[in-house]
Amino acid sequence: MKLPNPSFVVLAASFVALAARGEPLPKHELPRSKNGNLVVGMCDGKTSVEVAGVRADQALSPEQGKTVANQLMREWLDRNPSVGTDWKKEELLAQAKAPPAADSRATSQESASSGAKGITTPRPDVQAAQTYGAFASRDEAIWKASTDAFVNEGNRIFHDAKALGGTVAISCDMCHPNAANTHPETYPKYQVQLGRVALLRDMINWCIENPVRGKPLDDGDPKLKAMEAYITAQRKGVPLEHGKH
Amino acid sequence: MANKFRSVETRYHEQRDSLFDGLSRLSRRGFMKMAGISAGIAASKGLITPHGFQLVDVAFAEPARPKFTFAYISDTHLYERKLNDRFVRAILKAVDDVNGLDPQPDFVLFGGDLAQLGKPAELKLGAEILKSVKAPVRMMVGEHDWFLDMGERWKELFGAPSYSFDHKGVHFVTLMSVQEKDFWTARGMTPEERMQTVAGLDNATQSRFEVGPEGRQWLKNDLAKIDKKTPLIVFSHSPLYKYYRDWNFWTEDADEVQAILAPFDRVTVIHGHTHQLLTHRIGNIHFHGMLSTAWPWPYAPEGLPKLTVQMNRADPFDQFDGCGDGRVDVTADGLANKLYNLWDRHPVTVKGSYLASNGSADRPPAAKLPTY
Repeated sequence: MKLPNPSFVVLAASFVALAARGEPLPKHELPRSKNGNLVVGMCDGKTSVEVAGVRADQALSPEQGKTVANQLMREWLDRNPSVGTDWKKEELLAQAKAPPAADSRATSQESASSGAKGITTPRPDVQAAQTYGAFASRDEAIWKASTDAFVNEGNRIFHDAKALGGTVAISCDMCHPNAANTHPETYPKYQVQLGRVALLRDMINWCIENPVRGKPLDDGDPKLKAMEAYITAQRKGVPLEHGKH
Repeated sequence: MANKFRSVETRYHEQRDSLFDGLSRLSRRGFMKMAGISAGIAASKGLITPHGFQLVDVAFAEPARPKFTFAYISDTHLYERKLNDRFVRAILKAVDDVNGLDPQPDFVLFGGDLAQLGKPAELKLGAEILKSVKAPVRMMVGEHDWFLDMGERWKELFGAPSYSFDHKGVHFVTLMSVQEKDFWTARGMTPEERMQTVAGLDNATQSRFEVGPEGRQWLKNDLAKIDKKTPLIVFSHSPLYKYYRDWNFWTEDADEVQAILAPFDRVTVIHGHTHQLLTHRIGNIHFHGMLSTAWPWPYAPEGLPKLTVQMNRADPFDQFDGCGDGRVDVTADGLANKLYNLWDRHPVTVKGSYLASNGSADRPPAAKLPTY
């Protein structure tokens, strides 16, 4: 099995170290075009290409973009002949097996003798560069707003006999203010009165059918989901204790 | 009381309760006579073995003898019959209960929330059903009766919401305690929207209940002429203390109202609204909740008074479980023994002596299934 190029690892380690110290990351300074043409830089931080006939403030068409990308790749491969035609395979291997940072020094020494040179693309640590986890407070605010909206929809249905499909003007909150005494944390449990194991949704549907005198909701019904969300949200912090009576 | 089907256990406990009830009503002479007939030797020592129950020494039980009794029905939350007959069935059951009491209570208190949304048809239905109560009915108003037309229809049917009367040495006050500061005008609400908002517990839109400055002044005036030694029983829909603000289990000016009641030696407040067994004492003031006929409410997540022994949580599969009606026995010393007639369960009595002793005597049985 071909090992990932060790120089990757060295670069990745230094990249992470820079970021950890809070220092500015290396920036790719693009050469200016004398004619005011658009200059496109490559992610290796070195390679760039000037696009004739396109001004710096103009957008590229998809065709032009493809041409530029191919040109950049050709230049990069010319400068990194050792990668050969197998570079795609190597990248796949590197992604599949991210070497632990502790090994980086030993492998970098090997790299000197292995003759693998010239790959200078900074490749951040797989863990740090993972999309999931690299979120800003704005993302979190969006998630919270979405969750709250879902819970609020459940709140609305919980308090609305018509939305529940009830026929006798009874809504859930009449017996369960703030979803009190719905104890979602105790499900699944053997529901003695039903003679079988029930989930919270079974009890929601039991209430809809009986005191509320409506039709039970399908498992996938957005109303049922929203009510589950509302009821569960009311018990935040209560330990899960399924089967509790 | 009026259940068609009764288990062996229920019948046993009913017999037992009626026996003890009967015993506690007997004079000493009457008791000795009865004891003599039923168990000669045991009776000579003041002991009796009734129906095979454990020996009970009633010779020392005399202070609990009731002077008189009244019953209550509360929080019936009626919709029109054609929309929802569930709550209609429940109030009819309660009426059967109180009509079945023997001896009959001196009167029946209706504890408020006769209607669910204050509609004329709902109030009319309730008024018609209550006509079949044999004993005189004393009406109290609840927020569900009031906030559609601000009490217009209710007052037409039942008169002033605050009034007082004297009965067998006790001064009774029925207090309108569910006023709310105007939250609807600024929001441009219709009367129906206002009513619907007040009808919900868990919304922060409505104001908190209060007796209000006028109500408090009325109470002061009413009590000015009453001797401080006269036992006082106050009927109020809201609890007249601060239990849980978020659900309006609450009276905003409770402290001021309590200050008006505090100078009296013996004060008992009987309140509705909370739909649960609820016991509290502040100074000389004893508080008892009333059961609803319509549905029970869970205990609030905080603020539960220390003296409250919770009732078992209700079985949702049984319409009547956790609901009921009840009775108050007023003893010669002006204390109130509060009976919670929980349908489909054993009744629970919270005695005046339990409150008077701050919980050290006559503690009611603990719940097996407390709130989650």
